[in-house]
Order: sequence, then C-alpha cells, then structure tokens
Amino acid sequence: MLTIYSSAELDEVEGKAIEALKARSQQPIPDPDEWLDEELKRNILLTSVDAMLDWARRSSLWPVVCFPACCAFEFITTAASRFDISRFGMEIIRASPRQADLMITAGTLTWKMAPQVRRIYDQMAEPKWVIAMGACAISGGIFRSSYSVVPGYNRIIPVDVYVPGCPPRPEALLYGIGMLNHKISKMSIATEGK
Amino acid sequence: MTVALSGNEIATRLEEQFPGGIVESGPNSLLVKSEFLLEVATFLKTTPGLDFDYLTSITAVDYYDYFEMIYQLTSMKHNHSLVVKTRCYGRDNPTLPSVVSLWRGADFQEREIYDLMGISFKGHPNLKHIVLWEGFEGHPLRKDFL
Repeated sequence: MLTIYSSAELDEVEGKAIEALKARSQQPIPDPDEWLDEELKRNILLTSVDAMLDWARRSSLWPVVCFPACCAFEFITTAASRFDISRFGMEIIRASPRQADLMITAGTLTWKMAPQVRRIYDQMAEPKWVIAMGACAISGGIFRSSYSVVPGYNRIIPVDVYVPGCPPRPEALLYGIGMLNHKISKMSIATEGK
Repeated sequence: MTVALSGNEIATRLEEQFPGGIVESGPNSLLVKSEFLLEVATFLKTTPGLDFDYLTSITAVDYYDYFEMIYQLTSMKHNHSLVVKTRCYGRDNPTLPSVVSLWRGADFQEREIYDLMGISFKGHPNLKHIVLWEGFEGHPLRKDFL
C-alpha cells in the first residue's frame, strides 16, 4: 500500500530523528585505545646502538649512478622487476651523490673519466661503500694493458666488495650486495672514522 | 638509395681542372695529391652537378710508409657519394690542409685524428686534444705505438 506523506510530515520525521540523535549524543564516545598500554609494553626492545645503526644502514642502501660501460645493463636487470633489488630497500638509484651511500661501479673506467668518478665518490655523504662490479672494475679486465684504462677502481677509490664476472650475472651482484650487508653488520660506531 | 659515383669518371674531370693533382683512381675512390686536397675539395663542393655539401666521415689509416686520409663525401642535393683519399708522408710532423672551412663537421674528427694519429691540420680553428688529456705522450692509433 502506497502512503503519500506531505512535506510537513517529512519535516516532522526529520526533526524527530535529529532531536533523538542529539539526546543520545551528550557524552563523547571513548577513543578506541584501551589496548594500547599493553601493546606499548610488548614493543619495547633492548638492543645495542651498533646493531640498530647497522640494521638501518644496510636496509636502505641507495646506489649512486656510476655506470660507465656494459656492466650497467646487468645492473639494470638486477634493479628491474625480475631480480628486483627493491627487496633490499635499494630501488632508488640516486642521480645525486649527496643522497646515495653505495657506489656500484658497473663498467670500464678510463683515466679521463677517473677524476669525475673520484669527485662523485667524494661528494657522497659518510658512511659510504663501493662494490666493484665486473672484471674491468676489479682489474681493468681485458683492457688492463690499454693506455687509457684504469686497472681497477681501487686505484681511485676504496672498494668494499669485489664481484667478478664479465659481466657478473644479477645473482652474482645480489650475492655481492649480501656480502656487503654482512660487512656493514659488523661495523661499529666506536671505531668509525679511524 | 645513394648512388656511389665512379672514382675514375670524377678523376677524369678533376684531371682537366687540376693537371697532375690526381695520383690514381679506381671504381670506388680516387687518390689526390695532398697539395691539391683543398682545391679539389672546394671544387667537389661548389661545382653544380657534384655539390658534395655533406662530409659523412673522415678517417685515417697508418700504412707505416705514409698515413692515408679517407674523406667520404655525400651530396644531399643529388643523393650521390664519393670517396676521396690523400696521403701524407713522414712520421715526425705529418701535416695536411684542414677542410673545416668547407665542412664544419670535420672539426671534431680532425681533432680526433690529430689526437690519435698525430696528423696536424693546417688551418684548423681549434686544433687541440679531444679524446686524450693534455700532456698525453704519443699517438695511440699509430701502428708503432707501444
């Protein structure tokens, strides 16, 4: 059965609903936080400063752009979806050395390019690490005896981890990153800078 | 497609214009005396019907007894091409005329050849190192380097 309400009747119903809501809303509803005290107790962890710092440092290594030659493609593959270094918090490849703490030297370095690589390294903020990726980065590779090639990045900058291969497979680079993580986890602020 | 002009035919025309300027010619290229290089290049660039307005590339080869320069010319207007060669004797200070005044594209390539082969280009506006650094000893693309 269809009932036709007048406009005045609809207004009356609406007014009653508002009055009823107002009548039962005189006190604030309690904030949903009754479990918080207990959870706060559960979340207090005790650890050393070193463990905390090293965990933070190795969990978000941001690589700087230093890809002078063909190893770069293997690095790009490592960074892309199939091997995906964002699993290690590394997906942001920084064009600015100020925002990076890892240099992955993917490629042959010439003496003409060497001062620029050294400058980029110098511009990176401490603490910083270097992975020498591939034969050229380790020793100059097949170009070692050339007049124009630097026989290994360790002539220019200190290297933390060497990843051999020509080029290394992405798995090898990931293993090298894992080794660097181990190395970082053994750092201590007590001896830093010494 | 670009038509490669016969070196023999062009050499015949050049021989009329510059007697004694052409050393030899073949179906694919012609060899010019280095003293005539700039005049021949100017002729090839400005003569109607030839109009080699574009220098595709320059390269140099070390044959121990002499250096050979190879100029690959193209005409955008007529869509044809030609290979011109010239030789440069002596290893201490080999010198050739620069063609930068005709084709600006020669600038960097002549600097590269100066750097790696040690050939000087007379008339080049800015002949200095381009690939190697200032102070580098020797010319790495020469056969007797190392």
